[in-house]
Amino acid sequence: MTATVATPRAPVSHAARGNALTGTGTLIRFNLRRDRLRIPAWLAGIALVQVGGAASYPDIYPTAADRFKQAAIMDSSPAMKAMTGPGHGLADYTYGAMMTNEYLGFMVIFAALMSVFMVVRHTRTEEETGRAELVRASVVGRYAHLTAALATAAIASVALGLLIALGMGGLGIETVDWPGSFAFGAAYASVGLVFAGIAAVTAQITEYGRAASGIAGVLIGVAYAVRAIGDVAGNALSWLSPIGWVQAAAPYVHNDWLPLGLALAVAAALTVAAFTLGNRRDIGAGLRAERAGAAAGSAFLGTPAGFAWRLQRASVFWWAVAMFCFGIAYGSAVDVLESYSDNEVVREITKSIGGATLVESWLSMIISLLAIVCTIFAIIAALRPRREETSGRAEAILATGLSRTRWVATHVVIALAGGAVMLLATGAGLGLGAALTSGEAHYVADVLGAMLAYAPALWLTAGLAVTVFGVAPRVIGLAWALLVYAIFVVYLGGLLDLPGWMLDVSPYTHVPRMPAEEFTATPLVILTAIAAALVTTGLLAFRRRDIEAT
Amino acid sequence: MTTAISVSGLVKTFGRTVALDGLDLRVDTGEVHGYLGPNGAGKTTTIRVLLGLLRADSGEVSLLGGDPWRDAVSLHRRLAYVPGDVNLWPNLTGGEAIDLLARLRGGLDQRRRAELVERFDLDPSKKGRTYSKGNRQKVALIAALASDVELLLLDEPTAGLDPLMEVVFQDFIREAKAAGKTVLLSSHILAQVEKLCDRISIVRLGKVVQSGTLAELRHLTRTAIEAHTARPAAGLGDLPGVHDVVTDNHRVRFAVDGEHLDGAIQALSRFGIQSLVSQPPTLEELMLRHYGDELRANGTTAADTAAADDPAASAGSAADGSAADGSAADAEVSR
Repeated sequence: MTATVATPRAPVSHAARGNALTGTGTLIRFNLRRDRLRIPAWLAGIALVQVGGAASYPDIYPTAADRFKQAAIMDSSPAMKAMTGPGHGLADYTYGAMMTNEYLGFMVIFAALMSVFMVVRHTRTEEETGRAELVRASVVGRYAHLTAALATAAIASVALGLLIALGMGGLGIETVDWPGSFAFGAAYASVGLVFAGIAAVTAQITEYGRAASGIAGVLIGVAYAVRAIGDVAGNALSWLSPIGWVQAAAPYVHNDWLPLGLALAVAAALTVAAFTLGNRRDIGAGLRAERAGAAAGSAFLGTPAGFAWRLQRASVFWWAVAMFCFGIAYGSAVDVLESYSDNEVVREITKSIGGATLVESWLSMIISLLAIVCTIFAIIAALRPRREETSGRAEAILATGLSRTRWVATHVVIALAGGAVMLLATGAGLGLGAALTSGEAHYVADVLGAMLAYAPALWLTAGLAVTVFGVAPRVIGLAWALLVYAIFVVYLGGLLDLPGWMLDVSPYTHVPRMPAEEFTATPLVILTAIAAALVTTGLLAFRRRDIEAT
Repeated sequence: MTTAISVSGLVKTFGRTVALDGLDLRVDTGEVHGYLGPNGAGKTTTIRVLLGLLRADSGEVSLLGGDPWRDAVSLHRRLAYVPGDVNLWPNLTGGEAIDLLARLRGGLDQRRRAELVERFDLDPSKKGRTYSKGNRQKVALIAALASDVELLLLDEPTAGLDPLMEVVFQDFIREAKAAGKTVLLSSHILAQVEKLCDRISIVRLGKVVQSGTLAELRHLTRTAIEAHTARPAAGLGDLPGVHDVVTDNHRVRFAVDGEHLDGAIQALSRFGIQSLVSQPPTLEELMLRHYGDELRANGTTAADTAAADDPAASAGSAADGSAADGSAADAEVSR
């Protein structure tokens, strides 16, 4: 009988000593298959913006004099430095140098985001949903999941780098040469790899995928901010940021590969750290345990409004903060605008808007864009009941004394009022930024009023989402149709010379473009009335339909 | 006796799928009514229609004297519901979810909530996303049982609960019945239904195929008799309602329909009964009788099911097998 015990021991000890990496190859292939649409979409999106943007530069800045003027702005404005980078090669501002200064620092954020989402998705989210357990119970080594996730992100990052390098080099623009393009692509890949490592670490710390990507996302922001401070002050602080490293490589100007090597070394160190941390925890557990919450609900939570607010308050708060920051960033760009007043392209764009000054017409344009961004919040908030429905939680709530109409209405109120709050937060940031950089206080009131004028258009677009939810929940994606159309009109309406009726379909077309235009109440009243009709239709239709099962 | 739930000719279709196909159901006030049927038979759909979450295509539905679609909100204040698959809000604690659900229903009894939390051994300060399936189920059960309502609609409420919690659940259901509450208990757990329910309805393919007390249902089914007689029993097979007679000298086994039990025993007694074992049909057999054709279609016979349910026999043979393997391995190693 003793030997019976010994028999299974042999294979067990073999497995323990042997491959903690067993199954990694299969998992990598599996990850790539799961991401077969996601990875190409990320790569194509980033490459299109980068390479497409680069291709347009010879038209925007046809002569060395144009480029030199741009270099002078970059050099003199701290706001520009904060937004772009330290300013390499400003003395001889070639197209290549422009790419390094004006694109690289900002665009690598997307490479970082791609890596973070990818790594967290294939590690912590898998554990959180319990799928990892199922996989790991089969012949799969302890480190296989993390290794496969990192490998997937590394493959995507390197592919992105190659695509960018080939795309940029292939443009054939003078000074955007091949050695520079490979350094440029390698910069993208390096940031992708560093943040894959960072996400691998954050995925060990918390128990939840959303928290893991949240922390890593904040670190992307920190990396960007740290180098902004360092670049403006011109000190070594930029060397604390992965984004600062790739900017220090200065593709097309210096092609310095050393900082990229530093990035690779840090990525490797982070990977080791992630494996070490992962070794200290159980599957499904985090390094930091969940805090206990309230054992009882407050009286306010037990009311319909309190309940809806509880579900949405975090989103309202963070959106408002983000929109305020967005506003500040755009507003503080006002001081450099005047220097563009003789730029051909800028004049072309702003001419169609009108306005007494370039600043006014530019503000009107930015305000309409930001109003559309605020609408994204309103639509997400208005669609919250649908999320509750499909997750099966609505069933328990609607089996209580809460009526359907009241339940949806509480969320609609948050969407519409919250949308107005977003407009105000954006307007406050934009106005404040403009007033502080230009020293003209009137911008605050001007911009706040102009932003708020978009509330009826925002309500209408969110109202359509309520209608779709009530009438045709199966095609809930239609809730976004009008917003997407509005973005299309705002971006391409002028360029494509769209006919008037096509512009008129977008509710945002009818909002007076203050401060460039005068305020008019009539269109706003009509938009509000349509919004009210859409919301009512949605609420009435929802009363008459089935609650869908999970 | 008044009727808490009355459903007749209820039809509900989803696209081409017919979920409920002329369903009739009656639940009297104050009874615990077992609602049995396999997955997909239409149990959950029935309950969702009773809650006014789904709209009936046709048929009459009356709940606590009201129309579940039209009077949804006022009816919901008088009932509590526990879904079969409880989903909680990831960032709300269990305690908050209990209070939320109970308050939206119209308030809860704090003392009773505390008692339930203790008896069900739930930590109410944990976030919804950290609960296991069993604990999520407890949250919904506590919210439902802590409310002072007339009717409990329970859709497989103890799926995921451990056997200890099952006992606690049964205690609370008995207590609810003693307090005059009506309970509709949809369940797979036949032992639970046998212990708790006054009446049972068996649903199949969107129709209730049988309804009554367990005794009534048993009467409609065969009882298995095994007897030892002084003289070999002969001619039993000719009696009405007697089936599958197996005689082995002084021992006899047969099955008899409920209504012919008396005649069969009288006939048997003429051979001098020395011992007699009578086994009433289990609920499982009742279920199998209604689903037998389905099982046969899948290539399973009732005998197979019976064998699978004999744990002693199967465990025994499995143990034998492993022992044999073990010794074989033994030999392998020593060589």
